[in-house]
Amino acid sequence: MKIQTKADLEKIKEKGLESLYPKAIKVSVGMATCGLSTGAGKVYEVLQNGVEKAKLPILLGQTGCIGFCQKEPVVDIFEPGKPRIFYQGVTPERSMELVEIWFDNKVVEDLLLCKMEREDWIVEGVVKDYSLHHLLDGMDGTPHYHQVPFYSKQFKIALRNCGFINPDLIDEYIARGGYFSLYKALLSMKPEEIIEEIKRSGLRGRGGAGFFTGNKWESCRRSKGDRKFVLCNADEGDPGAYMDRSVLEGDPHSVIEGMIIGAYAIGAHEGFIYVRDEYPLAIQKLRIAIHQAEEAGLLGENILGSGFSFHVDLFRGGGAFVCGESTALMASIEGKVGEPRAKHIHTTESGLWDKPSNLNNVETWNNVPVILGRGAEWYSKIGTEGSKGTKVFSVVGKVNNTGLVEVPMGITLREIVYDVGGGIPDGKKFKAVQTGGPSGGCIPESLIDLPVDFDRLTEAGSMMGSGGMIIMDESTCMVDIAKYFMGFLKDESCGKCTSCREGTKRMYEILCEISEGRGKLEDLALLEELGWVTMEASLCQLGGTAPNPVLSTIRYFRKEYEEHIVNKRCPAKVCRALLQYRILSDVCTSCGRCAKVCPAKAIKGKQRTKKEKGKPFEIDTKKCIKCGMCFEACKFEAVEVE
Amino acid sequence: MESSEIETIINQYNGKESAILAILQDIQGKEKYLPKEILEQVAQKMQIPMTHIFRLATFYNALSIKPRGKHKVDVCLGTACHVRGGNKIIDKLERDLSISVGETTKDKRFTLESVRCVGCCSLGPVAVIDGHVYGRLTQDRIPALLKEFK
Repeated sequence: MKIQTKADLEKIKEKGLESLYPKAIKVSVGMATCGLSTGAGKVYEVLQNGVEKAKLPILLGQTGCIGFCQKEPVVDIFEPGKPRIFYQGVTPERSMELVEIWFDNKVVEDLLLCKMEREDWIVEGVVKDYSLHHLLDGMDGTPHYHQVPFYSKQFKIALRNCGFINPDLIDEYIARGGYFSLYKALLSMKPEEIIEEIKRSGLRGRGGAGFFTGNKWESCRRSKGDRKFVLCNADEGDPGAYMDRSVLEGDPHSVIEGMIIGAYAIGAHEGFIYVRDEYPLAIQKLRIAIHQAEEAGLLGENILGSGFSFHVDLFRGGGAFVCGESTALMASIEGKVGEPRAKHIHTTESGLWDKPSNLNNVETWNNVPVILGRGAEWYSKIGTEGSKGTKVFSVVGKVNNTGLVEVPMGITLREIVYDVGGGIPDGKKFKAVQTGGPSGGCIPESLIDLPVDFDRLTEAGSMMGSGGMIIMDESTCMVDIAKYFMGFLKDESCGKCTSCREGTKRMYEILCEISEGRGKLEDLALLEELGWVTMEASLCQLGGTAPNPVLSTIRYFRKEYEEHIVNKRCPAKVCRALLQYRILSDVCTSCGRCAKVCPAKAIKGKQRTKKEKGKPFEIDTKKCIKCGMCFEACKFEAVEVE
Repeated sequence: MESSEIETIINQYNGKESAILAILQDIQGKEKYLPKEILEQVAQKMQIPMTHIFRLATFYNALSIKPRGKHKVDVCLGTACHVRGGNKIIDKLERDLSISVGETTKDKRFTLESVRCVGCCSLGPVAVIDGHVYGRLTQDRIPALLKEFK
């Protein structure tokens, strides 16, 4: 059915609400990539077979990821009048248990994650109350969704629908306020008014640079040309950042809606979504969503009967990091090699096929419908002076709670690491947090009270980037991290600018020397000099920011570099060439596990038996390849690394 | 791949020169890599210089001009996987398969490659085998995992 009037939209909304909140019991499985990688597919299969076989009155559903990826597979049960229950770490073996016990008005206590009694429909600003009249047994100690530390400080705008709707059903998207902002925009607003609204909201690009979105749109609208393009950058290349994947897999329509609104405001009729090749599920979900939007008359000719037309195509990337850069991305769509060009002329004037082109990333587009739905006034109250709204961070690495965290701008790093992230595992000490991907830097513990927004992170020598936040503890070596990023950038440099191609390579070589104990003290000055040259003389931001990981680690962790150079020691015990494994004879129980797993056959000793005590094992350092297998295998902490 | 198959793929994109990357990806999807003879045919049919096609095929990480094995093992080396020991997973695979990253085993069963982030950072270290994602890997889980792929 083609949607032509608001009544049509309302009708679909009704249908969607019935599917979201049916009159029966509904069991939903989180099936984004993180869920699937921990067995959600199998869980769904077992539930499907079990429900069918026992002819249970249960509806089965699929959703995206609710953000707490570490707890996957997550399954939730909804029944009218009862709180919605979220379960964590559900295995195929135990999945039917959740359903069977539900009929006894009970819950499986050891798998409970939280309960929910209401949810926010952020686009409309409505709180959907489940109007409870039933209580479940054994739920007294179960925290509410907002009492779970991981969710306590979160404020979901971008992730509003992830984990709540089935990404394959446009009706469910519409039920939570989807496409109503588009209706408002196309039928009651002038393009200039929309741009004004976005400008007043203070929205800045979520892809890295943080350019003001409204200003970008305005300059593209003002550019001369009858053919313009609107593009979505879904080439989320920063290692450690995956919020765009989650949005595309869990809520693809939000991006499409944002793009149509943007296209109307700018005056473009064609668009592309450039998706990373490494995200097959996101590509699949987007294809379905685009098709559905076309069927519903939300994409194509005469959208919603407004006379405005817009077509969007999906473009699969080729696995090149540099294609996340705007001009390289456009070259790639044109069928060329993805190399950047100098931006003396902005892409908003001359971009894809030399036509005015507006590129925003997934999270930016996804914010647009909410801003139009709630108004710039409301949006600009969230966040800090210069950075409005919320930002999704992927909090990963050496931290207890890992997953996607959406918080208002201006929250401190401490709150993210300790309150939301739950601190560092195994009683270890926090050391640094890496933000901004390969273009960013490492922020040390002394700056942990830094409020997170675009400008403050840049001041600290890092950047917001796309929102990756890799937490590091005392067992992370900063020289190794710098070497890691430089290795990445050396491989991903497209090779066009000498400064970037050679600069990253030389810096990488020097870092290798240092991590292998052959560094010299003057190398640090050389690294800094090379860094500045690479920064100054490269065309695009890949080279322009490439030295950040090196410069920021030298700035904050110079002592650690010196320790590698002068004392040939790696304090974090990471740099392999500087390590030595040995077995503490007084701790060794002669169980022999280490010798069994050693691939180099470098461990000798006499295994204890029931009769004999055995002899402590020893490592032959000449044969040892320092793989760490013995260290992992030993249950008595008898293997020591020096 | 038959000449007619190549044509079908090209026609899906109306023979548009800008769709060359997608066309190469589709060919690779079927062949697992890009054989020279097929690239020559694509060049001829689409009137694109072979040098340009070769440049694309060697520029994009997703494309390979080297034959690949039956199963593709991609170990994630994104930052989160790196700090959680992704390198140790690679080392273990290299030892068990007796190949280096980028190589294919003699029996053509496995090709070992590394990727920079598959976006499963919460579950690192992660590897992707034939499109299936395996999270929270440890070195001792590798032998059993490889056995699943005959």
